[in-house]
Amino acid sequence: MAAGNLVQGALFTVMVVRAGMLRDAAFAHDLATQVERSPRFFLNAPVVLDLTGAADFTSPAEFAEARELLSERTLALVGVQNAQPAQLTAAAATGLASFAPTATQPSRRAARPAAGAAAVMAPPATAAAAAPAARASARLVAIPVRSGTQIYASGTDLIVTASVSPGAELIADGSIHVYGTLRGRAMAGAGGDTSARIFCSRLEAELVSIAGRYLVSEELPPEQRGSPVQIALVDDRLTITRN
Amino acid sequence: MAKVVVITSGKGGVGKTTTAAAFAAGLALRGHKTVVIDFDVGLRNLDLIMGCERRVVFDFINVINGDANLNQALIKDKRNDNLYIFPTSQTRDKDALKREGVERVLDELKQQFDYIICDSPAGIEHGAITALYFADAAIIVTNPEVSSVRDSDRIIGILASRSRRAERSEPPVELNLLLTRYDPGRVSRGEMLTVEDVKEILSIPLLGVIPESESVLRASNTGTPVSFDAESPAGRAYLDAVARFLGEQREMRFVKPERRNFLRVLFGRA
Repeated sequence: MAAGNLVQGALFTVMVVRAGMLRDAAFAHDLATQVERSPRFFLNAPVVLDLTGAADFTSPAEFAEARELLSERTLALVGVQNAQPAQLTAAAATGLASFAPTATQPSRRAARPAAGAAAVMAPPATAAAAAPAARASARLVAIPVRSGTQIYASGTDLIVTASVSPGAELIADGSIHVYGTLRGRAMAGAGGDTSARIFCSRLEAELVSIAGRYLVSEELPPEQRGSPVQIALVDDRLTITRN
Repeated sequence: MAKVVVITSGKGGVGKTTTAAAFAAGLALRGHKTVVIDFDVGLRNLDLIMGCERRVVFDFINVINGDANLNQALIKDKRNDNLYIFPTSQTRDKDALKREGVERVLDELKQQFDYIICDSPAGIEHGAITALYFADAAIIVTNPEVSSVRDSDRIIGILASRSRRAERSEPPVELNLLLTRYDPGRVSRGEMLTVEDVKEILSIPLLGVIPESESVLRASNTGTPVSFDAESPAGRAYLDAVARFLGEQREMRFVKPERRNFLRVLFGRA
């Protein structure tokens, strides 16, 4: 199963810095100001160097220098983008990953004032070197989840303080908690987190799944049905225990 | 202030039109000026149930398109002065229900009526969505069986997310559950869901339970809203439901409180 885990994809928000800007004194100053303003946002934040129009970046020493410069501002250079073949070799020698070219979107958040630094979604798989994104606070749903509704808690836990109807679907990258009867589907650890769990006050689910392993209704042990339970992955098997 | 009430269910054949007719008649009997609108464009039935099919000249779609005015299309009930029927077109389809046109017609009706009852088509497509979009209150018609309950659950979710009140973040549409075709005998034999089972899944207030009754079919065939038949169990149950809708306390009749946990069996296999 270890090989399976390796190829599971994940999406991260990564800042992109254009290589040309690193040589601009104004950029260094702007970056310092920005980092000072929101130090926690930038602390150990992953950065990808965009080499578009920077053909002169060719030696491993230059990449190391760029990494040094960014790390002074608490940023972690993790890879390069839009690199020429020669640049790729140099970057790899410096321990930098290669990111596939992506459409750089203007960031809605703090990255914009950092003189052109913009957030992009890094492609999956190659992003293994990137630091894991910090978890947001859990998503809370306080009304019954009706049939046909799908709720996705991206990158976090999902808490439902009402019942979940048959035909409704709960998906969370973290754990799922239902303080009511779970009659629909619940998929925890949707991003591959095998430590995610599912908790419910009463198990009547159509399907439960953690990190891709699932049980359908008829596979649920009858003695657990209707009981308050928690479901976890133990030795790669879904294990249901009564709470 | 006029109230727009949608009669909806998701599933077909559960008794929406019967309920719309009976409910509108019940409100009229209580002295409220009431109009019942057929939103089931292309499958016009309400006029039959109300016994006015031979008096239809202009319809809802004509008024939406500006081909007729409201008073030309409204049909006054011969049995009760407070009751009006607004039939729909049999020759058009649901696409003729333009949201702006419907809004304009409803606004005009609000000037004249206390209650505007919208008889929704089945399904969750354009016709049903348009029927519920402007609602202030909804009556969810449900039969005591799993597929009907599931469809009702779906439509409740749609009311909570796609109605105008939801889109404008206004107070939510007032939800009422009406359980129809309830047969206490079959419930006690475990062949139907109990009132409690349905209430537990849908978790919305119960407005009433209408027993399965021959009088309903008889009323439909003779074009009489069943609530005009105060002798029949179904007629009495509808009048009770109307009274509860108007805020009165009435004891639930025609219900045997036999609790069986066979929900588990049913959903366990789903």
